Amino acid sequence: MNIVAVGLSHRTAPVELRERFAVTEARLPEALAQLKRWPGIREGIILSTCNRVELYAVVQDTAMGLESLSEYLVTLAAAVGSGPLEPHLYRLDGADAVKHLFRVTASLDSMVIGEPQILGQVKEAFEAALLEKSTGVVLNKVVKKAISVGKRVRAETGIAEHAVSVSYAAVELAKKIFQNLAEKTVLLVGAGEMGKLAARHLISAGVGRVLIANRNYDRALDVAKRFKALPVPFAVFREEMAGADIVVCATAADSFVIGPDDVRKALHVRQNRPMFLIDIADPRNIDPTVGALDNAYLYNIDDLQGHVDLNIEQRLREALTAEDMVRAEVPAMVAWMKSLEVVPTIMALRRRAEAIQRVEIERVLAKMGALSPRQRELVEELAAAMTNKLLHSPLIALKAEAESPNGSLFAETTQRLFDLEKELQRLPDVPSSESAHRG
Amino acid sequence: MNVVFFEITLLLYFLSTTLFLIQLSGWWEKGAQASFAVAGAGFLCHTLALVSRMVEAGHIPLTSMHEALSFFSWALVLVFLVIELRYQVHILGSFILPLAFISLISSAAFPREIKAFGNVWIHVTFSLLGTVAFALAFIVGVMYLIQEHMLKSKHLDGLYHRLPSLDLLDELNGKAISMGFPLLTLGIITGALFAEFARGSFLNWNAEQIGALGTWLFYLIVLLGRVTVGWRAKKAAYLTVVGFAGVVFTLVGVMLKGQNPFT
Repeated sequence: MNIVAVGLSHRTAPVELRERFAVTEARLPEALAQLKRWPGIREGIILSTCNRVELYAVVQDTAMGLESLSEYLVTLAAAVGSGPLEPHLYRLDGADAVKHLFRVTASLDSMVIGEPQILGQVKEAFEAALLEKSTGVVLNKVVKKAISVGKRVRAETGIAEHAVSVSYAAVELAKKIFQNLAEKTVLLVGAGEMGKLAARHLISAGVGRVLIANRNYDRALDVAKRFKALPVPFAVFREEMAGADIVVCATAADSFVIGPDDVRKALHVRQNRPMFLIDIADPRNIDPTVGALDNAYLYNIDDLQGHVDLNIEQRLREALTAEDMVRAEVPAMVAWMKSLEVVPTIMALRRRAEAIQRVEIERVLAKMGALSPRQRELVEELAAAMTNKLLHSPLIALKAEAESPNGSLFAETTQRLFDLEKELQRLPDVPSSESAHRG
Repeated sequence: MNVVFFEITLLLYFLSTTLFLIQLSGWWEKGAQASFAVAGAGFLCHTLALVSRMVEAGHIPLTSMHEALSFFSWALVLVFLVIELRYQVHILGSFILPLAFISLISSAAFPREIKAFGNVWIHVTFSLLGTVAFALAFIVGVMYLIQEHMLKSKHLDGLYHRLPSLDLLDELNGKAISMGFPLLTLGIITGALFAEFARGSFLNWNAEQIGALGTWLFYLIVLLGRVTVGWRAKKAAYLTVVGFAGVVFTLVGVMLKGQNPFT
C-alpha cells in the first residue's frame, strides 16, 4: 500500500494546458465518484485550482497505481490538445507525495508564496471527497494533517505577512496613515484598469466615500455606478481634492495632472490633515515635488513595487522556516502509513491461529468422549496457551518492524510462512486506524 | 509591607521594560501578551504598595519626592494599560514602561520617610497627573515623528510595521493635551492657593513657578491652535515634544531643590 500523486501545476504547465484539466466545482462530485471506481485506486482526492490540478490516491502497488492515476488524469481533460502531456506531469509517491501535499497546503508551492487561498481550496477539495466518500483512513489522516500543518505555518511564520501586490501595498500604507478608513474619502482620477483595481482594494478595505473623475465623463459615470461612487467632472476635480484623504491618480496623460500648487491649496483647506497621494500612472501623473510638502505622502508605482519586492523577499526568508516545519512532519506520517501495512497481516495471523485452534479442539474433544466441564475447559486452555505463546514473538516482531523500512518485507514473509493469502482476502479492505493501534 | 510591594514592583517594571524593549527591536513578536501581563502585574503590585503605604503612614502618600515619583510612575502605567485595552497600541509600552521604570527607580533614590512637601497632596496630584498627560503627548508625538519620517522616506520596514497609524497617534496627542491642560491649570491654582496660605503671596517668581506658568501658556496656545486653526498632525507632534521640555525643566527645578517649594 502506498500514497501516490499525479498532477500538473504552474511550475510545469502553461495556463492553457492547466485549464483543460481543471475540474470545476460542479463536475467534482462526478469526477470523485469515477476516481473511486477507477482500477487500482483505494482512496482518492482531487485538488483543482487555477494554478494546479493534482490527484492523490492510495494504491496497493506503487508503479501500477501511478500508471492508473495518470490514465485517469488524462480522462479529465476537457479537450484533447496537441503535443505530449508527459513533460508537464509530475508523479510522486510515499514520502515525496506526502511532502508535496504538505508544501502545497502550506502555500509553499504557490505562485505567490504565502497566499491565503490554497488552504481553503484544500479544505474544499477534502470536504467534497468526504461527501463522495472517495477518501478513507489514509487520505483522511494525511489531508487533515496537511491542513493543520498549513494553518500552523501561517500562524507561526511570517510567510503570509505584508502586502505582495501593488494595490494591497497601497491599502496597507493607507492604514498606516489613517486609522479609520470608513471615515475617509478616496478621489480616483482616471478610471483605467489600474485605477479601478486600486479603488476596488480600497473599497473592500472599508473606505467610506469614493469620488471618480475621468476625462471622459460618461466613463466616470459608468465606473461610478459600479463602485457606488460619486462622479466628478474632470475639469473641477482639483476643487474636490481638499475633501479627499486619498487621491489615486491613474490617467493616461503624458504630463503631470496634479502639481504642488494643487496639493498645497488642498492641504491649506485641510488644516494639517494628512493626505495620501498614489500615483500609479506611467508616465507619472503627480509632480514628485508634491512629496516634499508637509502632511502629503506621495507614493508612485515604483515606490509601491519596491515595497512589494521587499515583502516578497521577506516571505521567501520566512518560507525557509516553513519548509523546515513541513519537512519535520513528513516522517511521522510515512511511519504511520507503513504501520498500517502490517495490520492486515497481524489480523490474518491471529484469525488463522484461532481457526486452527478451533478445529483441533473440536476434533480432540470428539475423540475423548464424556468429559466434565472443568476438563473441557482445561483442554481449551491448553490449546489457547500453545497458540498464544507460539504467536507471541512473531507478533511482537511485526509490530516492532511496522514503522521501519523493513515493515512490508516482514509482512510478506509472515504471509508466506503462515500461508495467510486466504485470510487476507477475507479481511475488510482497509483496516481502521483504531485496529492499527490495537494490532 | 509597602517597601516589599515597592521592590517587587520595581522588579516587575524592570522585567516588563526589558520585554517591551525586546518587542521594539522586533526580536520577539509573539511576546506581546507576556510583556502586557508583566506590566499589569507590576501595576497591581504598585497599587498595593501605594495603598499599604497610605495605611501605614496614615496620610495620602504624596508628601515627598519619593512618593511623588512613585505616584507618577503608577499613573503612567495606568494610562498605558487603559490605552492598550482601548486601542491596542502595543508599542506604546516600549516607550512608557522605560519611563515608568526610570521614574520609580529615581523614586527609590529619594529618602522614603521625609514629609518634604507638607500636606499639599491636592496640588501635587493635579500637577503630577497633568505631567503624566504631557508625558503621554510627548511620547505619542515622538512616535508620530518617527512614523511620519518612515512614511516620508519610504522606509517601510521595522518600526513602520509596529507603530500605529498617524491618525491614531494624532488623536491620542490631542486627547492627552486636552486632559493635561485642565489638570495643569488646577495644579497651578491649588499651588498658588497653598503658596498664599504658606507665605502670604500667590507668586514669588521662583524658577519653577515661572516654568509652570510658561508651560501652561505654551500648552494653552497649543490647545487653542488645535481647536481653531488646525494645529494637528506633524505640527502638534513637534509642539508637544518641545513643550515637554518646559515640563521637564519645571520638574527638575523642583527636584533640585528637593524640598518644599512653599518655604
